[in-house]
Amino acid sequence: MVKIKFIEHSGQEHDVETNPGASVMIAAVSNSVPGIDADCGGACSCATCHVYVDQEWLVKTGEINPTEEAMLSLSTDRKDNSRLSCQIQVTEDLDGLVVTMPEFQF
Amino acid sequence: MTDASADQSKWSMVGKDPWTMPIEKIDLSHPGIWQANEFLPFMERLRLEDPVHYCAESAVGPYWSITKYKDIMQVDTSPEIFSSEPTIGIVDTYDEYTLPSFISMDPPKHDEQRRIAQPVVAPANLKRLEHLIRQRVCNILDELPLETEFDWVKEVSIELTTQMLATLFDFPFESRHKLTFWSDAATAIPGAGVVSSNEERWAAMEECLQVFTCLWNERVNAEPGNDLVSMLAHGEATQNMPPMEYLGNIILLIVGGNDTTRNSISGGVLALNENPAEYDKLRADRSIIPNMVSEIIRWQTPLAYMRRTALVDTELGGKQIKAGDKVVMWYASGNRDSEVIDRADEFLIDRDKARQHLSFGFGLHRCMGNRLAEMQLRILWEEIMQRFDMVEVVGQPERVYSSFVKGYTHLPVRLHGLN
Repeated sequence: MVKIKFIEHSGQEHDVETNPGASVMIAAVSNSVPGIDADCGGACSCATCHVYVDQEWLVKTGEINPTEEAMLSLSTDRKDNSRLSCQIQVTEDLDGLVVTMPEFQF
Repeated sequence: MTDASADQSKWSMVGKDPWTMPIEKIDLSHPGIWQANEFLPFMERLRLEDPVHYCAESAVGPYWSITKYKDIMQVDTSPEIFSSEPTIGIVDTYDEYTLPSFISMDPPKHDEQRRIAQPVVAPANLKRLEHLIRQRVCNILDELPLETEFDWVKEVSIELTTQMLATLFDFPFESRHKLTFWSDAATAIPGAGVVSSNEERWAAMEECLQVFTCLWNERVNAEPGNDLVSMLAHGEATQNMPPMEYLGNIILLIVGGNDTTRNSISGGVLALNENPAEYDKLRADRSIIPNMVSEIIRWQTPLAYMRRTALVDTELGGKQIKAGDKVVMWYASGNRDSEVIDRADEFLIDRDKARQHLSFGFGLHRCMGNRLAEMQLRILWEEIMQRFDMVEVVGQPERVYSSFVKGYTHLPVRLHGLN
């Protein structure tokens, strides 16, 4: 099992355990972590599963793909460490991952 | 342009049997079945028998109908194959009256222009507006008569969305009803009630441009503000836009913020009346409202479709689509696709995954004002439930003559107070 910590904008933390293979978005939604809407169900086409990845994990979470970049670029809360959590695949390497949620999902 | 109302009898599907007529003759683009509320079985047959359907002859020329959720998703998220240019309407634009706006642009220009307008409806800005929206909702609701029949569309749906638009544009509040007229005129079919001719329609658009040009001139010389006109006048990608492009974007924002939410406000009342068990659920637990709002937006689907144009030859659902073909994504059909949405033909205010509907579209053109719309509806229903046991529909609703704007012109209601 892989442990992921989700931190809401308010600071409220949620620790979840998940199996490798699914996305970080699925890990949040299936554990009822609030603040991840995922309206498009993981198709990288709505930007409502936006998270900020802690700096030390940025390399391990992989590259932003062009579609993800296009969606993120329309968000007013975009930062350098922004990702769409539906595009981060959970692997054993991500055990201990920490992500923070923006105040709002667009 | 074809005046669709003039040849209604020739093209209308009203009264035809959706299950026995030749399937290739099915034409969802004609407004008749939308106004008559007969469109559902036609869409159902297409989903079952011919989900990527070619209509070779119609008042608006040949076009493809995409009716399944997953196919719609694919078209909506492939802007390199399915372009939003030159228009997202089913009627081809004709050059002298073309109104360019970012809804009918592809990247990168779309992205540049949208980024300018986006902050005004970003959730952080909306949070600042919540108190004002609630105040205006309360004022409207407190003026309504109890136990007396009136038109919900006029007194509530239009009034509330118009007030909201005036707020977002910082438009002179006392002249706000002009916004409603321009919005209606922009999408109207000549002869169907709002305007009698294209000339009249364009006179309205010219008036709109004049008024908004005055506002532009006023704001461009002032400090940048939080309203949409100021943002466009000071935004790098928009400050030099030609007049017709300015008008196009203004109309886009007026229509986007007006027709759509207006019809979800009316549609929610109607849906709860047609599903009394759901109204009971709402009375028993008001915390259901945010979820109900998403379900109302799915159920209403205030814009029935968006059109794309194929840039290259491509295949979809086993059909060969040629470069240049019109491709129409029927959101109103995808939202009833039971392969993706459980019990899709039922209005369930507590449904699971209520946010996963197509009404806002997906991809780069996803509705910019979706959070504003949800917020308006949420506040409205919170305040309705504080005041009224029931908003009772007491007569037949009348629907818009359009296959694009899916909505209501009249909805007679009577309010019953809390016991």
